[in-house]
Amino acid sequence: MSTHQPPMPQAPAAAPDWQAAPGGPYPGYTSPIPIVRTHLGHALASEWTKIKSVRSTMWTLGVFVVLVVGIGLLAGALVNANSDSETLSGENPLSFGFFGLLLGSICVITLGVLTTASEYGTGMIRTTMTACPSRARVLAAKSIVFFAVAFVFTLATSGFVAMVQASMLEGTGARTPTGGEWFKATVGISLYMALLGLLSLLIGSVIRHSAGAITIMIGVLLAPLVLALFMATESLNKVREWLFEYSIPNQLSVFYSNSLSESGPSGWDPLWIILGLTAAVYAGAYALLRSRDV
Amino acid sequence: MIELEGLTKRYGETVAVDGLTFSVRPGIVTGFLGPNGSGKSTTMRMILGLDHPTAGDVRIDGRHYDRLKDPLTYIGALLDAKAVHGGRSAYNHLLCLAQSNGIPESRVAQVLQTVGLTAVARKKAKGFSLGMGQRLGIAGALLGDPRILMFDEPVNGLDPEGIHWIRTLMKSLAAQGRTVFVSSHLMSEMALTADHLVVIGQGRLLADTSMADFIRANSRSYVRIRCPQRERLLDVLHQAGITVVEAGAGVLEVEGGKAEQIGELAARYGLVLHELSPQQASLEEAFMQLTAEAVEYHAQTAPGSVPQDWGAGWKGA
Repeated sequence: MSTHQPPMPQAPAAAPDWQAAPGGPYPGYTSPIPIVRTHLGHALASEWTKIKSVRSTMWTLGVFVVLVVGIGLLAGALVNANSDSETLSGENPLSFGFFGLLLGSICVITLGVLTTASEYGTGMIRTTMTACPSRARVLAAKSIVFFAVAFVFTLATSGFVAMVQASMLEGTGARTPTGGEWFKATVGISLYMALLGLLSLLIGSVIRHSAGAITIMIGVLLAPLVLALFMATESLNKVREWLFEYSIPNQLSVFYSNSLSESGPSGWDPLWIILGLTAAVYAGAYALLRSRDV
Repeated sequence: MIELEGLTKRYGETVAVDGLTFSVRPGIVTGFLGPNGSGKSTTMRMILGLDHPTAGDVRIDGRHYDRLKDPLTYIGALLDAKAVHGGRSAYNHLLCLAQSNGIPESRVAQVLQTVGLTAVARKKAKGFSLGMGQRLGIAGALLGDPRILMFDEPVNGLDPEGIHWIRTLMKSLAAQGRTVFVSSHLMSEMALTADHLVVIGQGRLLADTSMADFIRANSRSYVRIRCPQRERLLDVLHQAGITVVEAGAGVLEVEGGKAEQIGELAARYGLVLHELSPQQASLEEAFMQLTAEAVEYHAQTAPGSVPQDWGAGWKGA
């Protein structure tokens, strides 16, 4: 490629007579590959391949399982060892699953953020959006796949821990949980955790930066409780109580009907709260994804 | 066929792409040239619907990119080799792309074979060299066997064998009737691959012409002479009305293709010539001449609208 050599431009000899070629006003090459009208199902398959083919998924979910099962069983064993037949009289034995899930939520948040934000970090998002120009479909596919994975993992681990704890604590005077309590402590908490992860995924899509989005979500998780601790003055009592009651850890505990306070959300309230919040953030994240350049 | 019409992209005050209108035809390799930062990548991102144009329009076979139902079978693009999640294997990267467009999984192995990455198909992309990353990006572009291919600086990071391979690949893709649109900041590279040239500078269209026309219109042909009896030759040429330029190191240059005339004159006056050779400026020089004209033109019509370092990016290239 000497610059002194006169260039030898190649006449477009190989150019076919494209104006005369068949195929309407836009002729050219026709691929033998069958053309498929893509739909959400294709995007879901793609996102499923993506989420299972990176190691961060295995790490976050692995640590999640270890935390939820490990801490759950440890809590059960400790309580069992330090109590007689009267200690837990009338208590719900499932409530000891709370501690593991509280820590496990950090893993769910991390995985949620990474599902979207890591694509911005690596540049993969440009490939993704080129392959699927419908941004609504990309966001929906990521959300559905992530939600399903988070829900299934939380349900399996929380269900396992609940069953082990219930049988472990039979001799401590704890009451037999009702069907409703079982449902809340497994399906209910799993829906909540999956929505919390989905919220993280959406924040990841808005912030486009893994570390930033994870920090924000951990802040959302912990800040209200920490702030409430420092609001010692009388005048701030109402704010403190509100922060306390609506903090994510307290909302989690509502699923075990052992809320840290007597007022505030109860029953299925936390699920409706996070559902509303996630829906609002979803709308915002979609609007931003649509209007911004990739 | 890619058609751009008045395509413009502004970032605040900065104009990255300024009213580009041209079309990229099937069956030939179209080179997209401009110095670094001239708006090539931004234009390509707008073609792919990644960036929203501030004004203007771009269509792929008459449709907007986001209206394509099966984009990868329409247009394959190598944007930059880094648009890959490093933690994913080459195979899985291509698999998730194939799935999103309903392309059969068997294509993944085929394109890996085409680009020569079969041996590392299960290796993570972050361990890939720059050249392997480019090959993976090209594999992604070929995945849907598309009618249109777009490569942004494809030879970056490739070794000579790889550069030769991509050149041959682009030509054969065009020969199959596909539209091939390839950007580069290297004129010499384009001279070997492109049939048609689109040149931009500072986001503006400078040329949209066939490669042969581009050279004819922009390159300078001259005759290079070395002669021990320099003064006498100068006199002779002057009398004949031929303008001579001294090019240093005893070399004289005469504009235009007058080698025969000069040779005959020298013979008539018994002058010894050590060299008499018709020369043509390289494509690189042709481009610099083009941008130089752009500088003069803009400097006359709108003083100060063009920075002094216009085209400076070429000097380093």
